[in-house]
Amino acid sequence: MALILELGVQGAQMTLVLLLAPLLTGFVRKVKARLLRRQGPSLIQPYRDLLRLMRKEVVLADNASWLFRVTPYLIFAATWVAAALIPTFATGLTFSWTADLIAIVALLGSARFFLALAGLDVGTSFGGIGASREVMIASLAEPAMLLIVFSLALVAGATQLSTVAAFMGSPQVGLRVSLGMSLIALVMVAIAENARIPVDNPSTHLELTMVHEAMVLEYSGRHLAMIEFAAFLKLLLYMSLISCVFLPWGLVTARAGPGSYVLAVVFYIGKLAVSGTLLALFETAIAKMRVFRVPDFLGAALMLALLGTLLLFVSRSL
Amino acid sequence: MISGAAVLLWSIAALLGTAVLAIAESRRSGSGTHLIYSLTLGISAAVLLVLASRIFDDPVTPSTAALPLGLPWIGAHFRLDALSMFFLVVVNFGGAMASLYGLGYGRHESAPHRVLPFFPAFLAGMNLVVLADDAFTFLLSWEFMSLASWALVMAHHREQDNARAGYIYLVMASFGTLALLLAFGLLSGPGGNYTFEAMRAAAPTPFVATFVLALMLLGAGSKAGLVPLHVWLPLAHPAAPSHVSALMSGVMTKVAIYGFIRVTFDLLGEPAWWSGVAVLFLGGLTAVLGILYALMEKDLKRLLAYSTIENVGVIFVSLGLALAFKANAMPSAAALALTAALFHVLNHSFFKSLLFFGAGAVLTATGERDMEKLGGLIHRMPLTSFAFLVGCVAISALPPFNGFVSEWLAFQAILQSPDLPQWGLKVMVPAVGGLLALSAALAAACFVKAFGITFLGRPRSAAVERAYEVDRYSLAAMFALAALCLFAGILPGLVIDGLSSVTRPLVGSRMPVQMAQAWLSIVPIAASRSSYNGLLVFLFIAFSASAAAYVIHRFASHALRRGPAWGCGFPDVTPSSQYTAVSFAQPIRRVFGTFVFRARETVEMPAPGEIGPSRLNVEMHDVIWEVVYQPIARGIDFATEHLNHLQFLTIRRYLTLVFLFLVALLLVLALWP
Amino acid sequence: MHSLTFDIAHLLAGGLVLVSFMMLYQDRLFALINVFALHAIVLAMSVAWQAYIQDAHHLYVTAAIALVFKAIVIPVGLHRIIQRLGIHRDIETAVGIGPTMLAGIGLVTLSMVLMLRVTPEADPLAREDLAFALSIILLGLLVMVTRRNAVSQVVGFMSLENGLVLAATGAKGMPLVVEISVAFSILIAFIVIGVFLFRIRERFDSVDVGALDDYRGERR
Repeated sequence: MALILELGVQGAQMTLVLLLAPLLTGFVRKVKARLLRRQGPSLIQPYRDLLRLMRKEVVLADNASWLFRVTPYLIFAATWVAAALIPTFATGLTFSWTADLIAIVALLGSARFFLALAGLDVGTSFGGIGASREVMIASLAEPAMLLIVFSLALVAGATQLSTVAAFMGSPQVGLRVSLGMSLIALVMVAIAENARIPVDNPSTHLELTMVHEAMVLEYSGRHLAMIEFAAFLKLLLYMSLISCVFLPWGLVTARAGPGSYVLAVVFYIGKLAVSGTLLALFETAIAKMRVFRVPDFLGAALMLALLGTLLLFVSRSL
Repeated sequence: MISGAAVLLWSIAALLGTAVLAIAESRRSGSGTHLIYSLTLGISAAVLLVLASRIFDDPVTPSTAALPLGLPWIGAHFRLDALSMFFLVVVNFGGAMASLYGLGYGRHESAPHRVLPFFPAFLAGMNLVVLADDAFTFLLSWEFMSLASWALVMAHHREQDNARAGYIYLVMASFGTLALLLAFGLLSGPGGNYTFEAMRAAAPTPFVATFVLALMLLGAGSKAGLVPLHVWLPLAHPAAPSHVSALMSGVMTKVAIYGFIRVTFDLLGEPAWWSGVAVLFLGGLTAVLGILYALMEKDLKRLLAYSTIENVGVIFVSLGLALAFKANAMPSAAALALTAALFHVLNHSFFKSLLFFGAGAVLTATGERDMEKLGGLIHRMPLTSFAFLVGCVAISALPPFNGFVSEWLAFQAILQSPDLPQWGLKVMVPAVGGLLALSAALAAACFVKAFGITFLGRPRSAAVERAYEVDRYSLAAMFALAALCLFAGILPGLVIDGLSSVTRPLVGSRMPVQMAQAWLSIVPIAASRSSYNGLLVFLFIAFSASAAAYVIHRFASHALRRGPAWGCGFPDVTPSSQYTAVSFAQPIRRVFGTFVFRARETVEMPAPGEIGPSRLNVEMHDVIWEVVYQPIARGIDFATEHLNHLQFLTIRRYLTLVFLFLVALLLVLALWP
Repeated sequence: MHSLTFDIAHLLAGGLVLVSFMMLYQDRLFALINVFALHAIVLAMSVAWQAYIQDAHHLYVTAAIALVFKAIVIPVGLHRIIQRLGIHRDIETAVGIGPTMLAGIGLVTLSMVLMLRVTPEADPLAREDLAFALSIILLGLLVMVTRRNAVSQVVGFMSLENGLVLAATGAKGMPLVVEISVAFSILIAFIVIGVFLFRIRERFDSVDVGALDDYRGERR
């Protein structure tokens, strides 16, 4: 009985991330539009877009291979699994030990690997430009992310996210310089990974500087829906990650009972709203960089993360 | 009951017999391809069967054998213990797979008499190195292995650059053996006791231990491909036939790593803490430089060879951690790091063999190694491309495949290291962790390029249009390896438990039993700290992907129409407008290349009014070659130029020279304390 | 040991190191000066917090000096100078950002290892503070070394001085007189350099200090 209940909570978490992801993107778009004194699309527009795309026929390039058709589902699955493993409202779920933070980062890496391959599959120059720039960004963002994981693991003594979140919520953690550095680095990495301004512009199809959109240019119909959905999920994933590690309040442990679950979900949605608003503010306030400034930006994130880790390594003996 | 060591000696004798048979065959009919590869396959498989019965024994009881060969007062000693057993599995599995692949691939060989005799000899040499139990046998087998592989590198000696590759390989191999010779000389001490048993018993002084470690890094490191001793590797490995390239990259580098582990962990006794620093530094440097070189490469087989250098670096990082932990009496952390290293040894032998087989298949089908002339092979060679894709995902350290597990274990070992007391290590380890993460991310970029440019997109030359799928033997070998990459990735606990008997004698501890964990996860220390379950990750991904596909096809739409590529409405008719290997690497070259390769880009624009293409020139320097090797070459040139005068002296002067030298020697003796 | 007071002091001192890194990252002069103002603000907060936990009232004066002069007067002055020189769009790093940051990390590690090693007995707060202060000084020097422009060299010099102030306040008890005299000497240095900037510019049409080398015939 207890097992069924725990499985139920795990299932609820998986459904929750799936349901909330488009809403979050819609929310960010709405806030951005309001900041520019535009009306903006409705909050549920991303859901409508997804449904519309799914119902449409796929137009496939003549020389697209089987890999091109499988990739959207693989990307969606890897991102969804990764998002479902992050504690959103509760820690210590049944399958939370399946993968620790390092494995979650690597799962996102798998998704990106296949996306870059799909960009090369049709053999247009746009796909190539997107794929080559994406791997360049990833080659700096991934090490930065792993060094952030190192910092967190050294503070909390674990790479298991439930343990990290529980530790960060406890009073013994205190204010640490290294954690501040990790937070800044993590935000920078999250911006780059989600193709947001200033690294990439999510709402353009017309610039040569685009990265993510150039890779998925050949996709249409249900395939595009899957890729868009994965992008929504990834944004949700990074926001959940930041809030579960750096704003660990309101998380409940598994087996807490339905009442506290509801409260925790409300807390979680509140955190998402705050971080979504902050993202929209940031994006409105800043201009997009040219592509070869991005390595400097990510290099700074990498250096910050490395510095945080080094400080922790050195000062742990105090 | 005949001992394990004796069984192996018989099998080595059988391999040598096969080599002799191959010479006779090639004299007689010119082709014994099928026979020879069947024999090597059978022998390797038989050895694997013998080893399989004992692989999970813990502890392993070593079995020894001695033959009255070699130096008359010593004989040749052989010993089969847990460490050599693990490496024998790697060697013979690689051998079996290469033989299976060779059954098909060997038929396209233009000069079989240059390959067939040396292939079994090469296998026998590697087996002998791992079995050897005294310095003399070890060095002799090492040289035998080097020479056999050199002969295989020179199999196509008329092709451009192969002779140069063979020459550089020979020079570097002799240099490495010289370093090993000196190392064993120091270990055996003035008593001249060459057996490993005596070396193990004698504890060397710190001074001697320092020299031995440095010499091992030179000797074993040059064979394994540690930077800056790697220069021969990307030349020699691709020059050999592809199944031999797979053996050299996937297995022979591992034999070199075996030599390093045998001496530093087993014979040398307690290590000093800074030995860990040296190995960590070299490993991190090797990993990042190796993969950066690979990214700049457009020859598929050389790309794979450079990626071998990266993987050797990853293994040495884990070994360095294990040394540091062992020196500081942290046996369980040392066991974790050593397990990570050995797991990666196994993994790399799987996926690197697979990738070289795939490159060989492409070479057979199209006659091309240059990625700029390939493309679109996924349509012509669907099975090969699938297997190659699995290898690419595995080597890029992506879950749920095996490469990820060993890198994950290495990261877990790094997270154990803040407890190390020395400042040098405290600063070194996180920096090396960053390098390891960087090399993993760059490896993913590199293999997106390798697969994407070779197999995806549109054909870049007519050779690709005529390509066809390769034979069944080659496909069988590739698919067996691909299946193992997945298997070791989703059931890593099995491998970790198998390695427990290896780590215990070397570092005094083992990792916790993994197969008893719930749901077959792997848990290096405690479940609340870190855990990973490849099986569940694989099942979850498979389930959610198929569920999504099913739901959409069932309830939304499954209509599909083919049309010309969209490409922003820009008609894109020639395949030459696609991204190539070089242009794919351009962003990364801009980020890292100016620093590492001193890359410079210049644009040549035609003068206004002139009709002609503008050109983008990229100038890159192999900094290591220019900084390390060219000065050496210049120094030798200089010395020979000046010593040349000695050939034209009068007799009186020669006598003076001899006399002065004698007096100098006597002076040294007189002043010696 | 990890009480809240310690944590906040640690955070502020570490924040100062972080802002020093931000200075290394900037390649526009205006941005550099804004970051320098931020540096001074964080320094003022850090000194004020030290004043609070050490209960040393004269440190409040130090904090106020830092806030008024370094966070407001000098940045505004520098802004004006740049505006009048018309060099606000110059990109002027001599070494790329990546290697500079890498060197910066090396320097921070060096100072951490060095300081923690030579002061094993001191209390942890002072140890970390000293280590951070040394890193800020070294990073300030790095800014001066890697920049071509005289204005950014001034900024590097003053961030270096901020490190000195941090070290002094952490070490419990620098007399106010010393602090004030240091602050004024910095101000005078600022004025002198400002005057020099205009002189350099008049003569060479540039504030690139490379022009001075050319004048002496040292650069090829």
